[in-house]
Amino acid sequence: MQLTQLVNDAESIVTSPAIGYDQKVRRLAALAVSALPYPPLSQACQEALEKRVICDMFEGNRPYTPRYVLPDYAKALRQGVKHLELDPPQDLADALSFLTILYGHVPSVTTYPVYLGDLDALLEPFVPAEMTDAELDRTLRRFWIQLDRLLPDAFVHTNLGPADGRVVRSIFRVERSLRQVVPNITLKVDPEVTPDSLIEDGVRTVFATGKPHFVNHPMMVRDHGSGYAAVSCYNSLKIGGGSHTLTRLNLREAAVRQHGGLEEFLATGLPMWVELTAELMQARITSLVEEQHFFADHFLATEGLIDIDRFSAMFGIFGLAECVAELLAHDGIHDARWGHDERANDAAYRIVERIADLVAARPQPYCAGGGGAAYLHSQGGIDLDEGVTAGTRIPVTDEPGMRQHITACAPLHTHFAAGISDIFHVDETAVGNPQAMVDIIKGAFEVGMRDFTFNLADNEFIRITGYLVRKSDLVGIDEHGARHGSDYLAAGSERTFHLTERAVKRVGAHELAPRPGR
Amino acid sequence: MSSLRGLVADTLEFSSVDGPGNRFVVFLQGCTFDCLACHNPYTINPCVDCGECVDQCPSGALGFTTTGAVTWNPDVCLQEDHCHAVCRYASSPKARHLEVADLLARIRPAAPFLSGVTVSGGEATMQPHFLRALFDAIKADAALSRLTCFVDTNGDAPASTWKLLDPVLDGAMVDLKCLDPAIHVALTGSDNARTRDSITRLAGRGKLHEVRLLILPGRNDDVQLLEATGDWLADIDPRMRLKVIGFRRHGTRPTPIPLVEPSREHLERCAGIVAARGDFSVTVV
Repeated sequence: MQLTQLVNDAESIVTSPAIGYDQKVRRLAALAVSALPYPPLSQACQEALEKRVICDMFEGNRPYTPRYVLPDYAKALRQGVKHLELDPPQDLADALSFLTILYGHVPSVTTYPVYLGDLDALLEPFVPAEMTDAELDRTLRRFWIQLDRLLPDAFVHTNLGPADGRVVRSIFRVERSLRQVVPNITLKVDPEVTPDSLIEDGVRTVFATGKPHFVNHPMMVRDHGSGYAAVSCYNSLKIGGGSHTLTRLNLREAAVRQHGGLEEFLATGLPMWVELTAELMQARITSLVEEQHFFADHFLATEGLIDIDRFSAMFGIFGLAECVAELLAHDGIHDARWGHDERANDAAYRIVERIADLVAARPQPYCAGGGGAAYLHSQGGIDLDEGVTAGTRIPVTDEPGMRQHITACAPLHTHFAAGISDIFHVDETAVGNPQAMVDIIKGAFEVGMRDFTFNLADNEFIRITGYLVRKSDLVGIDEHGARHGSDYLAAGSERTFHLTERAVKRVGAHELAPRPGR
Repeated sequence: MSSLRGLVADTLEFSSVDGPGNRFVVFLQGCTFDCLACHNPYTINPCVDCGECVDQCPSGALGFTTTGAVTWNPDVCLQEDHCHAVCRYASSPKARHLEVADLLARIRPAAPFLSGVTVSGGEATMQPHFLRALFDAIKADAALSRLTCFVDTNGDAPASTWKLLDPVLDGAMVDLKCLDPAIHVALTGSDNARTRDSITRLAGRGKLHEVRLLILPGRNDDVQLLEATGDWLADIDPRMRLKVIGFRRHGTRPTPIPLVEPSREHLERCAGIVAARGDFSVTVV
C-alpha cells in the first residue's frame, strides 16, 4: 500500500460522520495492519486471492490474534485469573463481575469476544436455592443489558443447554422481555437430555427475538467432544481452543474456471483449489503462531485458559448452488437446480464429500484440535458476495417446501464440523403452536442436521447469517451511524441482498473484521 | 394392509393448525353438512363428472376418460384452481381414490418431523372404515406408531362410527357451528343432535382434544346463545379446550354469501362471554 493511500484512507476514517469513535479506532487499527506485507504466498495462491476465488475474509495482512478464541471460562472461574488479579468468585454477583471483566480482555478478529461461555452451566452453581426466580431475572436482566451495551456486536455469542435449569429458563425470560441484539444465543439440543418444554421455551424466544439458534448436541459431541460451543455465527469449535483463521473457497468462481463438467472438477479442479485455499490458511496460521507469537504471550494461553492443541482453522466454502448449476451446464444439463432435482443434489453431495476428503487429508500446522487438519465450514457469506449464494444453501427465494428443504440439506451437515447455516422461514401461524416447531427441530436433527435456525416472517429481528440485527437499527445508518458494529455489515448485506424485501429472508452475511474505507 | 380406498381431496405434509404439534393432514372428499361459511367448499361433494371445469383449465390438466369420467393430471396442473371456482356442485376433479398404502407412503418421509396425523375434510368420519384402516396401519407400523391419530370433524357421525374408531383414535377436534338446532339448520343445512352427542361421547372417552366455535356475526353470536353454549360445554367438561374462530371470507365459496367478518374486538368479546361460563382453556384466532 502506498503511503499516500494510507493517509487518505486514515483521513476518511477519522473525518467520517457516519461512524462513531469506537468504530474509528477499530478501523484505524485494521488499516494499519493492511499496510503490512502479507505472509509469503506462491504466485498461484496470490493470484487466486486477488481474483477472490479464494478469500481470507479480510482478516488483515498479518494476523495477531486467532480469528475466534473460546476461553475455558469454567476453569477461569475455578482458578481465577492472575493477569487480571481476579480471585475465584464466591457468589453470583462476584461471578457476573468476574466474567464481565474477563470478556473485556478476550481477543478475536472482531475485537469483541465471540464466546461468552455456556452461561447456564457456568452460573447455575452460583445461584443460591433461596433466590427467587424474580430476583434471578432481575440480576440477569442487569447483566444482559451490560453485555449489549459493553459488547455491541452481534457476533458475541453464548451457549445454553442441553440440560434444563433455572438459569437457562431465566435467560429466555430476560431475552423475551429485553429483545436485544446482543448476545447471540445457541441452545444445545440433546433429545435424550433436553426436555421438549425447554426446546419450546427456546422456540417462544425465537418468536420474540430471533434467537436462539439450535444445534444437534450429539453430532457436535461426536466431532468435538463435549467441550464445544457455537460462537460468532454457526462456528462450532472446541472450548479452550478456537480457530486460528477462516479461509474460504468461492465454488462458483472455481466452477466458472473449469472447462469440463462435474467429473473433471472433482478429479482436477477441486484438488487444485483446495490446495490453494489450504496454502493461504497455512501461511496465515504460521504467521500468527510463529511471527506474532500469540500463544507465547497472551495470558489466556499462559494461564491455561486456552490451549493451542485445542485449536484448528476453518476451511470455508460458499457458492455451492451456482457451482452445481455451472458444472451441470458444462455437462449439458440446464434444468437441474440444487434442492429441487436429484441430479443437482447428487452433484452437490459429491462436491462437498470430495472437498471434505481433500481437507481432511491436508495437514495443517498447529491444528491438533482438528486432528491435524482444518475443520470444514459452510461459510455464510459476506456483504460483498454478489450473485453467489452463501455457504451450501439453496438460493434465497428458490427454497423448496420445509420438509424437502431439510431433507435436501441434511446429508451435507455431517461434513461441517465447524458449522453450517441453512435458515428456515416460517409464517406467523407457528406462533400459536410452538410444539410444531419443536417437532420440526427434533426431526431435523433426527435426519442428520447439525444446525437449525428459523426466522419468523415479519419479525423486527433479521438473522443475517448467524448474527442478528433489528430492522429499525438499519434505517438511516448511512447518515448517523449505528451503536452495534455488526449493523454496518448488515446494512451492506441489506443493500446487496435486499433481505428485508424478501418473503424469505435467508441471505448471505459474514463475520468480518472492520475494514478500512467502509 | 387393507386395500380399502378412500376418496382423498388432498394431503398436506406439515401443518401447525390442525391439532397438537406439527401434523400431516389428510383431507377427505365429501361432507354431511353444506355450511354457508365453508372454507373448503370444493370438498363438500364427490365429483359428478359434469365436465364443466375441463374447458376452463388453463394448464390442460383436465380431460375425460373414454367413459366420460373427468380426469386430472397433477404433473401439468398449475394449481390455479379454476376448476373449483367454476364448479356448481361444491366439488373438485382433483379428489383421488387412494389406498391406505398410498397415504402411508406420503406420511413416511415426513414422520420424523411430526407429532401425528390429522384427518380432516370434507368430513373425516364420512369414510369411517377407511379412517379405521388408515389409523390401524399407522399404529401397526414401527416407524409411524408413535404418531398420534386425530380427526378434525363436524361431529355429525353416529355412535357406531366413534365405537369403530375408538381403539385407534387419539383425539378429535370438533366444530360446534351453533348450539341452537334451528340456527344450526340455517347455517349448515342439518340438525346438530349428532354433533352434540359426539362431543359428549368423545369427552366421556377422554378423546375430545378441543371444541371449535366459529363466530358468524349476527347469526350465532347472540349473548344468551353464547352463554348457553358455555354452560352446555362446561357441563360436559369445565376445563375443556376451546378455540373461538372468527369467520373469514378467504377461501369460502365463489358465490356471494350473506356473512360478515367479526372485528377482533367483537371476537374477543364473544370468546369472553363463553369463557366466563367455565374454566376453559380458550384460544381466539
